[in-house]
This record gives sequence, C-alpha cells and structure tokens, in this order.
Amino acid sequence: MAVTLWESDRASAARRGHGWLSARAADRVFLGLAGLFAAAIVGLVLLIAFELARSSTLAWDTFGFGFLTSTRLDPVARRFGALPYIYGTIVSSLLALLIGAPLGLGGAIFLSELAPRWMRSPVSFLIEMLASIPSVVYGLWALFVLVPIVRQLIEPALGSTLGQVLPLFQGPPYGVGILSAGLVLAIMILPTIAAISRDVLLAVPREQREGLLALGATRWEVISTVVLPYARAGILGAVILGLGRALGETMAVTMVIGNRGEISASLFALADTMASVIANQFTEASYPLYLSALVELGLVLFGVTIVLNIVARWLVWRVNRGGVRRAA
Amino acid sequence: MRPARRSRWRKARCRIFEALSTLCAAVAVIVLVAVIGYVLVNGARALNFDFFTQLPAPVGEPGGGMANAIVGTLIIVCIGALISIPTGVLAGIYLAEYGENRFADLVRFLADVLTGIPSIVVGILAYALVVVPMQKFSALAGGVALAVLMLPTVIRATEEMLRLVPGSLREASLALGAPRWKTILRIVLPTASGGLATGAMLAIARATGETAPLLFTAFGNSFWNTSLVDPMAAVPLQVFQYAISPYDSWHAQAWAGALVLVVLVLALSAAVRLVARPLQTQE
Repeated sequence: MAVTLWESDRASAARRGHGWLSARAADRVFLGLAGLFAAAIVGLVLLIAFELARSSTLAWDTFGFGFLTSTRLDPVARRFGALPYIYGTIVSSLLALLIGAPLGLGGAIFLSELAPRWMRSPVSFLIEMLASIPSVVYGLWALFVLVPIVRQLIEPALGSTLGQVLPLFQGPPYGVGILSAGLVLAIMILPTIAAISRDVLLAVPREQREGLLALGATRWEVISTVVLPYARAGILGAVILGLGRALGETMAVTMVIGNRGEISASLFALADTMASVIANQFTEASYPLYLSALVELGLVLFGVTIVLNIVARWLVWRVNRGGVRRAA
Repeated sequence: MRPARRSRWRKARCRIFEALSTLCAAVAVIVLVAVIGYVLVNGARALNFDFFTQLPAPVGEPGGGMANAIVGTLIIVCIGALISIPTGVLAGIYLAEYGENRFADLVRFLADVLTGIPSIVVGILAYALVVVPMQKFSALAGGVALAVLMLPTVIRATEEMLRLVPGSLREASLALGAPRWKTILRIVLPTASGGLATGAMLAIARATGETAPLLFTAFGNSFWNTSLVDPMAAVPLQVFQYAISPYDSWHAQAWAGALVLVVLVLALSAAVRLVARPLQTQE
C-alpha cells in the first residue's frame, strides 16, 4: 500500500517534471478550491438577503414602513398591509411555545436526569426521528385528526368555560384556525426543544450534581438549584430555536389555520401567517407589486429567523462549548 | 418532628416534579406515536400497486396513483443532490482539514444558521434565481431550492466524518511524501466514505419531504414529465394538494403519499443512525 502510494507519487512527480504545477502549487490550488466552496456558504446567505431585498424594493418604495403596520390587504385596490400576517405568525408561534416548550423541557429533564439507562437511547431516537417527519405529513394529520378534535371537544370546552370571561376563547368552533395551528406547531417544535435541551443538560458537569447530592439534596433539588441554572442559557437557546422553527413553518400551518388575513381577538378565528400567505398567494400574484409585497414578507421572515438563530446558536454554544448537535 | 416533616415534604416535592417531567416525556411520545400511527393505518389502507404505477385520476374518478410524482421527486432530489453534495463535501473538507481559523468558524456558524432559515424563503430565492430568468416553473428550480436546503447538512456531516479519520493515517501518507491534496483525496476521503454516504443520505431524507420550497419552483404537474425545464410533480406537493381538496378519494391518496414519504424518510434516517453509530465509537 505504502509502496504503491510512493511509486504513484513519484510517477506523478515525474509527470510533473515537464508540467506546470509543482506539488506545493497543487496544494495551494486545492486549498483555494475547498476554501472557495466554504466561502460559498457565506455567499449564499448574502445572496438570499440580496435577492429578497432586490425583489421587494417595489413594495418597499410604494408602502415604506406603513407596509408593516397596515391591516388592509386588497389585491384589487393594490393595497397591501402585513400586520394581520405578522399577528398570525406571532400568536400561533407563541401558542406553540407556551405548549411545546414546557413539554419539551420536561421531556428533556426526564431523558437526561430521570429515565433508566435502557430507556434513554430508544426514546431519544424516537424523538429525533420525529424531528425528521415532513411538515406536510404533520399538516395532513392535523387536518384530519387534530382539527376535528379541536372542533368537537377543545373549542366547545374552552368556549363554555374560559370563553365566558375571555374574548380569547369566544366565537364559533370552526376547528381550523389559530388554535389548531398553534397545537400542530407545538407538536412540531417539541422534538427540537427536547433534543437540544437534553444535550445541554447532559453537558452539565457531573461534579456539580454530585456535590449537592452529597449534601443530602433530593433529585429535584439538584435539578432545580444546580442543573437548570447551569444550563439556563442553553435551554433558552433551544426554546428560541423552536420559536424560529415555528415562525417559519409553512405547510402544516397553511393546512390548518384557515387562511384569512384578519386580526381577531379570538384564538378560534381563522387567520394567516407570513409563511402561509406566501405559500397560498405566491403563484396567484398577478402583478409585480403584489409579488413584491409577498417577497417583502419573506424578507421580514428571513430577517427575524436569522437573528433568532444567531442568538440561539450562540446561547447553546456557550453551554456546550462545541458544536450544537443538530436535532432540528 | 419538624425536620422529619420537612424532609417528607422535600421528598414529596421531588416525587411531584419527577412525575410531571415523566408525564411530559410520555405526552410527547404518545402524541408523536399517534402521528405515525395514523399515517401508517390510513396510508396502508389507501396504498396499493396502482399508487406506484398509475397517473393521478381525474377529479371524481376513484383510483389512480402518483407514479409521475414519485419519479418527479426522484428527479428533483437528484438535482438537489448533484448540486449540494460536491459543493458540501468540498466545503466540509475545508472545515475539517484546514478549518482552524476564524473564517472557518464563520462558515460553520452560518451553515448552522442556514438550517434555521424557513424553507419557504429558500423557495423564493430559487424563484428569483431560476424561475424568473427562465420565465417558467421547472424541476430545475425545485432542485436548486432543495440543494440550498441540503447544503448545510452535507457540510456539517462531512466535517464530522472527516474528523473521525485518525490523524496517524494523514501523517503516514504525508511522511511518504504525498502532497496534502493527494492525502485528502486518496486517504482521508476513502476512509470516511461510509460516513460521507450517510451524511448525504441524511440530507436526501430531509429534502425528500420538503414541500414549501417546491410550491413555486417545481410547481407540480398532473401528467408525465421528465423534462427538467418544465413543471414537475413531486410527492409532497401532491399530498398537499390532495389533502386540501374536498374529495375523499383524493384524501386517501394523500394518506398513501404521506405513508410513502414517512417510510422513506424514517428508513433513511434510521439507516444513517445505525451506520453512523459504530463509526463514532471508533473514535
């Protein structure tokens, strides 16, 4: 093996005798090539920002900041406002966090601190598998399984109790709407939050736990006074990554949110998110300003998710002191 | 008595929180198993041989299949893989073999950040880059969108796998006088080839189920098409369109399509995990 390598190298060196490329130059060319492709990632992120900005200048020039605060969306009258979509995105994502984050964190604590050893690997495996199920499949499931449950059980129950007081839970139970979108998003971000939080919790040094256990603390006291504070930043990062996923999630939300661009006080109401309105209307956008307005929504989405991701990755990295194991 | 009561309270509180945390994990697993269960049951009921061999049936007619969408998905994912795998492997080589500098840290960081960008935004990018200049939807545009989505996975998997190759192999080759580029191409890459293949498979698995970036790039097609510059059907697109349609026979088809997607994605991901585990323990 070694001999053939050496021989082939000598042969190629001989070939290079009259050649144009010394070994050192070839090395430099290879490094340059690899570096170029690595730089392509930086270029790609810039390219996305540039293309989105370029394609949305028309809407920006026409509406300015009013685009983000206006509620009127009327393609016929050529008026576009993003507020209902921003509202729908924020409310559905917050709802998802409210439900998904505690469940995900609880699951992560179970996996890293409580579960018997034989159970950890299969359950972690299952949770990671679930992060890879396509969102259109979650959408299909939500449309035919979750929405009927929401319509027949959850919305009537909420409406007849909390709905007596809070406008949040009033209105006809359509099934589809912000509530269903929030629930399916919660299910979708759960694996992300659980998997990353578990990694962060496992990164807490063993001595930290043992010290407190030796002082006679219960398991919960160890978790709440040592483990969670130590991992706080990383858990926050995991939750923000989950939020980022919820904000940009398109297919499942589009299928269950009802697609109506109006702001309503009720969670039962039909709504629309930035991602879902792009998905629904992009191919129907019949003139440049319309298309440009949709691209501007995409730009907003891109800007928000990239900032969230930068913050989250940094937080997680601070705890893990190494690469985040990608679960998302 | 007081310390005893206090200790009982502390133990009880510990039990309560342990139970809550276990409950969280249980709820998560149950919900997620329910999703897979429904897809398996409803999908298996609707899946038949025709699904893989027939074209979609016209509205109102029962039967039909997604043969064109299956072929379309294969083609679009192949385009994505052809673009992203060579690019990603080279970038990964840079990160693993030359990547002890701040520029490499930036690339690593951006690759991770790129995984968090909504896929619909990537669809807009492909629309602006490919669909607008060509003035029509095409399989090519869909492939470009998927390539962008696959790239970060390929890069980070490549880097991880190359780092598992023992340094002694590199040193042996260099000591024999082989230049660095040849060491990488002839020694390091072949040694890590199994790992590289699993990374590529992982990226392919993720890309196969992507729907949003194909909506206004590949667009979908109810007929046979193998031309790369024309609109092309894809399984996830077809599942979406059938799911939101009002017809029961189309809903059944959507479940069948979802089953095919889930089985494909889970099988690929599971295979990756099984193959990658022994590799990682060698370290």
